Amino acid sequence: MKYQAVIGLEVHAELLTKSKMFCGCAVVDSITAKPNRYICPVCTGQPGALPVLNKKAIELAVRVGLALGCQIHTESIFARKNYFYPDLPKGYQISQYDQPLATDGKIQIETEAGIKEVRIRRVHLEEDTGKLSHADAHSFIDYNRSGVPLLEIVTEPDLRSPEEVRAYATKLHAILRYLDVNSGDMEKGVIRFEANVSVREEGSDQLNTRTEIKNLNSFRALTLGTEYEIQRQGEIYARGGIVEQETLGFNEATGKTYSQRGKEEAHDYRYFPEPDLPPLVLDSAWIESIRASLPELPEAKMRRFIEQYELTPQEARLLISEKLLADYFEEVVSKSKSPAKMISSWIAGEFMRYMNDMNLDMAKIPIDAEDLAQLIDMVLDKTVSGSSAKVVLAEMFKNGGKPAEIVKAKNLAQVSDEGFIQDIITKILNDNPKEVEQFLAGKESLLQWFMGQAARATRGKADPTKTKELLLKAVEDKRK
Amino acid sequence: MQLHELSIQETHELLSSRKISSEELTRAYLERIHRLDPQIKSYVTVADELALEQARDADQRLKTDESCTPLTGIPYSAKDSISTRGINTTCSSKILENYKPFYDATAIKKLISTNSVLLGKNNMDEFGMGSSTENSGFFTTRNPWNFDHVPGGSSGGSAAAVAAGLAPFALGEDTGGSVRMPASFCGITGLKTTYGRVSRYGLIPLVSSFDTIGPMALSAYDVALVLEAIAGHDRKDSTSRLESVQNYSASLKQSENLRGLRIGIPKEYFVEGLDPEVDSSLRTAIKQIESLGAEVVEVSLPHTQYAIPVYYLISFAEASSNLAKYDGIRFGLSERNAESLMDVYLKTRELGFGAETKRRIMLGTFALSAGYYDAYYLKAQKVRTLIRQDFEKAFESCDALITPVSPTTAFRIGEKITNPLDMYLSDVFVVAVNLAGIPALSVPCGLSNGLPIGMQIMGPLLSEETLLRIGHMYQSQTDWHTKHPPCWNDLP
Repeated sequence: MKYQAVIGLEVHAELLTKSKMFCGCAVVDSITAKPNRYICPVCTGQPGALPVLNKKAIELAVRVGLALGCQIHTESIFARKNYFYPDLPKGYQISQYDQPLATDGKIQIETEAGIKEVRIRRVHLEEDTGKLSHADAHSFIDYNRSGVPLLEIVTEPDLRSPEEVRAYATKLHAILRYLDVNSGDMEKGVIRFEANVSVREEGSDQLNTRTEIKNLNSFRALTLGTEYEIQRQGEIYARGGIVEQETLGFNEATGKTYSQRGKEEAHDYRYFPEPDLPPLVLDSAWIESIRASLPELPEAKMRRFIEQYELTPQEARLLISEKLLADYFEEVVSKSKSPAKMISSWIAGEFMRYMNDMNLDMAKIPIDAEDLAQLIDMVLDKTVSGSSAKVVLAEMFKNGGKPAEIVKAKNLAQVSDEGFIQDIITKILNDNPKEVEQFLAGKESLLQWFMGQAARATRGKADPTKTKELLLKAVEDKRK
Repeated sequence: MQLHELSIQETHELLSSRKISSEELTRAYLERIHRLDPQIKSYVTVADELALEQARDADQRLKTDESCTPLTGIPYSAKDSISTRGINTTCSSKILENYKPFYDATAIKKLISTNSVLLGKNNMDEFGMGSSTENSGFFTTRNPWNFDHVPGGSSGGSAAAVAAGLAPFALGEDTGGSVRMPASFCGITGLKTTYGRVSRYGLIPLVSSFDTIGPMALSAYDVALVLEAIAGHDRKDSTSRLESVQNYSASLKQSENLRGLRIGIPKEYFVEGLDPEVDSSLRTAIKQIESLGAEVVEVSLPHTQYAIPVYYLISFAEASSNLAKYDGIRFGLSERNAESLMDVYLKTRELGFGAETKRRIMLGTFALSAGYYDAYYLKAQKVRTLIRQDFEKAFESCDALITPVSPTTAFRIGEKITNPLDMYLSDVFVVAVNLAGIPALSVPCGLSNGLPIGMQIMGPLLSEETLLRIGHMYQSQTDWHTKHPPCWNDLP
């Protein structure tokens, strides 16, 4: 029997505000900041302290809601979610429950079967908890993160495979980056996933018991966790068993999910309206002004790139995958005489190879757009050959410097002088009579081999068009 | 005449003409507290050193600064649920026995800025849960009029301190009658303010939707002086009101009578069970108010009978959540002789909370539970709206309503403690005001067997000025507020 997965995703994203959700404490890097330095009576739950809303957090949340095509509610309600845990200083988390900020949105993802729409059920605001760590039989609590604004984005159970889950997560990640509402820094836990997974017989539209996998904190964990869970549930049904409703953890080391709480131990959060905060009432004009200030989003940018720069969807997709990369591409285009398509292939090829090899962040591209434009233009006007330009680019990545200077220092300028090239070709043909004979006998693929020899002998400086022309002529001369 | 017998206004005149210093005044109160309070037990903490330091600061300002207010250099006490930086703030709970906040409540900050002098913190029912101070985790406060009787609650310590001359005024806190009931039982004047009129920032919450800080003093005029100092919008409290604060005391000085005011008498508050002496005192008081020029009419608040269940349901629910932070992790009592995290929680809360607190946490948790929320909490909120609408309708035709504060005078210590329901019912006339968020003033209007009787004057939102005016005019024609318990002059 074939099984199909039914998956809904809850994403928690920290919002890029200067201060916390309900107090004036600074939001800091929770990994590098000294513990418990950015705290106050409000975010440590001191008796009598009261929450006050951070307007910026609401603005960022509205921005996301609008970008996801949600309906933004002009009145929403904060609610208390009650449970005990040491990282939750008040004994309740201020969240939103039955009247969230935004509902009914959608995100388009690309699947093997084409474009698919994933419905967004709700987008709401809440506060983050503190962070626990354990060492030497002690537990430590750091409240620096307590009260940091969090956005929860919940889908309908529209995802059908780990690949779709990943596509959705990647897309959402990109959108949040485009909106500049989240740092996107997954390693710091600024985006965290929870997946609700059930499986059913292929073709059925029934919804079976689901399990909830918590704390999937990377794309990898998200894919592996859902993959494992789908398989696990499928095997249970295959042997006639019943899937229990439970909350699961995921162990990245073993690649397996494990039970955290069963249905019986499920929390009853006893939600009720937060009496310390009046209903959040938004002005429609304010919402509209946020809508007007929304940046171009990935889909729109992709369409534009394909049209404006005559790129293929594949080329455009790479460039728009990160806003900073897209911006960089456009800057190079604006500073270059070369066709956008040529620039795109340089960025997709050598450029990305170095970015990835050197593990560089898009925020820290070491090469000025102006310099890359110049280098590509030098290829265009044949000042350097393509292979020399690669050497120059490598040098720029490793040690910096202007392309023109590197070309000069390394003596990489392309040579078009016929006499020079002719001498080298003559030597190659004389040194390799066997290959000449084979070529003349019809093994045309050897042309590339001769070209390679010539490039090596000239250290890539010879103008390839000229070289090819002279080479063909010289070989033909041999025939006589 | 001794210093504690003066009104705030009279004391202010002595201070500003420098006939006495705030330090002398403060020493006199501290001396009285140390002499009398071991029997009355109105204070949980007496802050001698800080008080004298604050008094000396006040003296400095009285000497040099023209901008002194009527409260500069005046001592006061505060209910122990109001946060005071560096001074124990216990809510009379063992779970907060040694808790010293690292910040001041906004109301305290405002009194610091006027250079008032904090004498100490008053006993209360644990977290405000009770009507007698018998639920204090430490000890029961005695009614200064008769030590065998309760002072009322939950701000019983504050009421007893003012009534016994151990503080010229006190900051109380009213969630479901907690200022008015003890004010009535102890024969002083107490104001339950409009919800949001005084910032709740730093007030340790019992029921966030109902909690209000309010002044307790010997007269409506003194109450007005304190209200002016502590009221106002606070950015740290999102539920505080934006409206500017009136100059209440100035308007009291100008008022001459109550002409033009229409006073409603809700018939649901004069029913069976009302002590006949309370009833007759109230009727006399209403006649006196009528003779001051007010028109008196009968009105109806038809949903009054639901006020008690609605109030207790909502308050238990919110309290169960508000008390979750006392988990032994960050402050207060922490039972570390425990096997696990759950064990820390269980032992800390088992040892730290009293019986009434535990009862309310359990009932409130139940009322909010999945499957019960709609039937209890949500239903209660709907009925709350009906009760609020009762008042709105009554205030369409009336400027204020007058009722008793309590059906009886102060009951005996131990009389109701074993019957929680009976105890809850003693709040029958006071809780509706909290459900509606409106202000109400309690003024003494009689004595029965040597125990005070209180009149409750209720008004629409932000009608404090009208209520204080009625109270003030009434007190200008009567002398109940100038009668004092036997311990006023000294211990019997």
